[in-house]
Amino acid sequence: MLKGYVPPYNATVVQKLLDKGAVLMGKTNLDEFAMGSGSTDGVFGPVKNPWSYSKQYREKRKQKAHGENEDSNWLITGGSSGGSAAAVAAFTCFAALGSDTGGSTRNPAAHCGVVGFKPSYGLVSRHGLIPLVNSMDVPGILTRCVDDAAIVLGMLAGHDPKDSTTIQDPVKPFTLPTFADVNKLCIGIPKEYLAPELSSEVRSFWSKAANLFESEGAKVIEVSLPHTSYSIVCYHVLCTSEVASNMARFDGLEYGHRCDINVSTEAMYAATRREGFNDVVRGRILSGNFFLLKENYENYFIKAQKVRRLIANDFVNVFNSGVDVLLTPTTLSEAVPYLEFIKEDNRTRSAQDDIFTQAVNMAGLPAVSVPVALSNQGLPIGLQFIGRAFCDQQLLKIAKWFEKQVQFPVIQLQELMDDCSSDFEIEKLSSVSLKQ
Amino acid sequence: MAALVVRLSCLGKRWVLACIDGGSRHGRGAAIGLTSRRKRGQSSVAQQPLIAVQKSRKGEREWAAVVGLEIHAQISSNSKLFSGSQVHFAAPPNSLVSFFDASLPGTLPVLNRRCVEAAVMTGLALNCRINKKSLFDRKHYFYADLPAGYQITQQRLPIAVNGCLAYSVSVGKKPSQVSTRTVRIKQIQLEQDSGKSLHDEPRSQTLIDLNRAGVGLLEVVLEPDMSCGEEAASAVRELQLILQALGTSQANMAEGQLRVDANISVHHPGEPLGVRTEVKNLNSARFLAKAIDFEIKRQIHELENGRKILNETRSFDDKLGCTMPMRDKEGKQDYRFMPEPNLPPLLLYDTASLPPGADPQQVINIDWIRERLPELPGKTREKLIQQYGMLPEHSFTLLNEVGLLEFFQNVIKETRAEPKKVTSWVLNIFLGFLKQQNLAVNESPVTPSALAELLNLLDRKAISSSAARQVFEELWRSKGKTPSQIVSEKKLELMQDQEALERVCHTVMEGHPQVGVEGRRKAMHFSAC
Repeated sequence: MLKGYVPPYNATVVQKLLDKGAVLMGKTNLDEFAMGSGSTDGVFGPVKNPWSYSKQYREKRKQKAHGENEDSNWLITGGSSGGSAAAVAAFTCFAALGSDTGGSTRNPAAHCGVVGFKPSYGLVSRHGLIPLVNSMDVPGILTRCVDDAAIVLGMLAGHDPKDSTTIQDPVKPFTLPTFADVNKLCIGIPKEYLAPELSSEVRSFWSKAANLFESEGAKVIEVSLPHTSYSIVCYHVLCTSEVASNMARFDGLEYGHRCDINVSTEAMYAATRREGFNDVVRGRILSGNFFLLKENYENYFIKAQKVRRLIANDFVNVFNSGVDVLLTPTTLSEAVPYLEFIKEDNRTRSAQDDIFTQAVNMAGLPAVSVPVALSNQGLPIGLQFIGRAFCDQQLLKIAKWFEKQVQFPVIQLQELMDDCSSDFEIEKLSSVSLKQ
Repeated sequence: MAALVVRLSCLGKRWVLACIDGGSRHGRGAAIGLTSRRKRGQSSVAQQPLIAVQKSRKGEREWAAVVGLEIHAQISSNSKLFSGSQVHFAAPPNSLVSFFDASLPGTLPVLNRRCVEAAVMTGLALNCRINKKSLFDRKHYFYADLPAGYQITQQRLPIAVNGCLAYSVSVGKKPSQVSTRTVRIKQIQLEQDSGKSLHDEPRSQTLIDLNRAGVGLLEVVLEPDMSCGEEAASAVRELQLILQALGTSQANMAEGQLRVDANISVHHPGEPLGVRTEVKNLNSARFLAKAIDFEIKRQIHELENGRKILNETRSFDDKLGCTMPMRDKEGKQDYRFMPEPNLPPLLLYDTASLPPGADPQQVINIDWIRERLPELPGKTREKLIQQYGMLPEHSFTLLNEVGLLEFFQNVIKETRAEPKKVTSWVLNIFLGFLKQQNLAVNESPVTPSALAELLNLLDRKAISSSAARQVFEELWRSKGKTPSQIVSEKKLELMQDQEALERVCHTVMEGHPQVGVEGRRKAMHFSAC
C-alpha cells in the first residue's frame, strides 16, 4: 500500500535523533504493517537472521547436515521489527528503531542476540509511528548493549505536544549508574509463564538467571498473573479492532497505491485495498470490523477491554506487593528456520510467539529483552525483564547489571566476510534494505 | 399546489398542535386557541384539548407531526479541531490541509482549546449540564471526503447534555400574536467536519476539496418537541442568534456554517410514534420550513393511502419544492463506533475542582467561562422592551434582521426623538423600504445619522410627518443629501410664523369661495400640525 510513499515529515523520534546529530543509515524491512512475528510477510521479502551465517551457528550445523546448500535453511529474525534487529546484530548501525505492539521489538531482539527495549506507553512520542494498535504501540529501541539503549532513550523520551498520549513531564538524558544494590531487589517469576511449549533450553536459562539473582542476595519469588491465559485472545480482539479502524484511511485517494479502476468510488476503494494489503492485513481488518459491529461490540470489544483491565491490574497487584521487576522468557525457543516457520500461518505463529511479550503492551509497562547465551545450536536466547510503569531507568539499570553478569558472546561474522568471494553472499547476508 | 396547501394549513396551525404525548414533554407550551398571550419562560404544562384538526380528504382521524433537528454549527476558530491548519471560507482548494487532515499515516489529533471553550459557552447559553468528563469516539464509514475513513466525534459521552432553547412562533395573523415555546436540547458534541465533494457529472468524476476536513463542528441535537416547519425554523433562527451573540459560530447558513438535518414522523394522537425519515442538506431557514411541511404532508398522504413510510434519508429539492430519497440504504449503516485511542478523556474543571498549581494554559474552568458569557438575545430583547418600551414582537424583529439592531441603536444615539418614534420609523418605514427592494441593512442608502437627523427635524416640529416621509423617500433615492438640504430644497418646512400663515390662508380662501367654510377648518388643521 505504501510502496513508493515518501512521507513529507519526520517522526518525532527520528527528528530528535537527527537533531542530536545521528546519521540515518536507512529504513529496515519488517512484516507488513508490523503484523507478524517472523518478519517474513513484507513486500520486499523475508528478513534473514545474521546468525544464520555466524561461525557459532555454522560450526554446530556442520556436525549435522552434510551436503546441504548452506543458504537454503536460513533462520528467521523473529518480528515484526526483524530488519532493525538484524541491522544491529550485523553491526550495520549503532542502534535501530522498531515498533512494539505485542513484542515486535523484543522478539527479534531475542532471536538476533541484541537488546530490545520497549519503553512505558506514553514515555516516547508516537507521532510519525504508523499505528497498528494506538493504545498499545510504542517505538522500540534495538542496540547491542543496554548502555546504548539508555543513551537513545534519553534522547527520545519526554512530552511531545503532537502526541496527546505522552506524559506531560519532560525527561532529561541520563547515564546508567552501576547497579550495586542487587541484594535489595525483589525479582518476581510469574508462574503462568511456565508454558508447556517453552523449550527446555530457554527454561533452563530462565532458571539459571533466577538463581544468579538469588546468589547475589536478591529475593526471588514466584508470583501469579492469574489472567495470563486470556491475554492472547483479548489482545487479538483489541488489536484487530484497532487495526480495522487504523487501516480505514488507506484508500489510495490522498497517497500511496491506487488501483486503475475508476468506475466508481467503491470499486476503486475495494480494488486498491485488495491490491495494497496482504492476506494478513486483510484478515485482521475483517476480524476487527466484525468485532466492532453494533451487535458484537458489547460481547467482544467491551469484554476485551474489561479483560485488559484485569490483566493490567494483575501487574499492578504484583508490583504493589513489593516486587521490583519480573523475569520471564522472551520467546519460546531460539530462532527457527524459515522453511519451518512458514508451515503455520501468520496468525497461528503470532498467537504462539507473542505469549510472553504481549501482556506487557496491554498493561503499558516497560520491558527489555537481554541476550543471555547461545543455545546448543549456537543461536541466541534472550530473557525479558518487566518493570513498573515509568520506572524505565530502574529497569535498564537492572538489565545492565544482568548483561554484565552473563557476558553474551559477540557474533562472529568475520569468517564469512573473509572467505566471501561472491557478491551473492554479501547481498544475502545484509538484511538491511537501504533506501535508494 | 401542494406547497400552497401546506402553507395554509400551517398558518392556521391547528392540526399540528400536539399536546398529545404531553407526559414526556414538560416545559412545552402549546398555543391553542385564537388568543395570543405571549408566555414568558416556563410555559404551562397543559393537556389542552385540540381545537380543530386537519381533516384529511378521506375524513380520517387527526394527525400529529413530530420534528427533531440535528444542527451542525461550524465553530468560529482560527484553526481546526485537531490540527493546526487554518479555518477560512472560500480559500483555493486543498490549500488549508495539514498532514493530519489528509490522514497521512502516523499523524495524531491534538485538541484545539478554543473549540472546547466554544462548546462550553454554547452549552451554558443553552442551559445544558456541562460534563466535566467527556470522551471522543471514532465513527467509521467510507466516503471520499472522509480521508481517515472515520470521523472523530463524541458519541458515548458528549461535552454537554440536557439543555433547552426558548424560541417564539406566531400563532395568529396579527404580529402581536406570538407564543414562546421551548425545545429540549439532548446534547451538544464536538466533532470533525468532512471535506467537500464536487460532482463533475460530464466527466463522471468527483473532485475532493479537503479544506473543510477537520474543521470543528458543534452538533446540537434538538429533541423531537417541534411539530411543524415554522417551529423548526424559529428554533433554528434563535439558535443562530445565540451562536452569533456568543461568537462561537458565525452560523451563516448560506456559507455552510450552519447545516440542519430534520427528523420527521407523523402519527395519530395517542398512538405510538411513526417511522421517521431524515431530511438532509437544508441550507436556509426558508427551505427548512418548506421541506419539513412538505415531508409531513407527504407522510400523511402515504399513510392514508395504505402505504408505509420507509426509514430513509431524503433531500429537499427547492426548485420542485419536494423531498426525494437520497441514499440507497437497505438497512441502517453500522458505524462501528470505537473509542478514539489517541485522545485521553477531556476533563473540565470549575473553580471548586481546579487542581492547585494547574497550568492555566492547560485547563478550562467552566465557572470562569460562565462569568464572561456575552449577553444573549433573550436578554437583549428584554432590555429593549424595558428601556424603550417597545412591544415584544418589535424586539424580535429588531434582532431577527441582520444588522437592524445596530442600525436602531445608532439612530437612538443621535436623535432626541422618542424611542417609540424611532422604533416605529425603523421597523415600519425603514424596514419596509428595505424589504421592497430586497436589500440588507448594510446595503441601505440611508445611514443611521441621516435618519436621526430627519427624526430630529420631526421632533422639533420643523416638518410634518407626511413631509418627513417625502424626505425619507428622497433620501433613499439620492445619496449624499442630508435631510435638512432636502427640506429646504423642497420647501417642506412647517411655517412657524402665525401672521404669514394667516395671509396664506386668506389668499387661498379668496381664491376658492365655494370651499370657504370647509377650507377654513382644514386650514386650521393645517397650521396646527
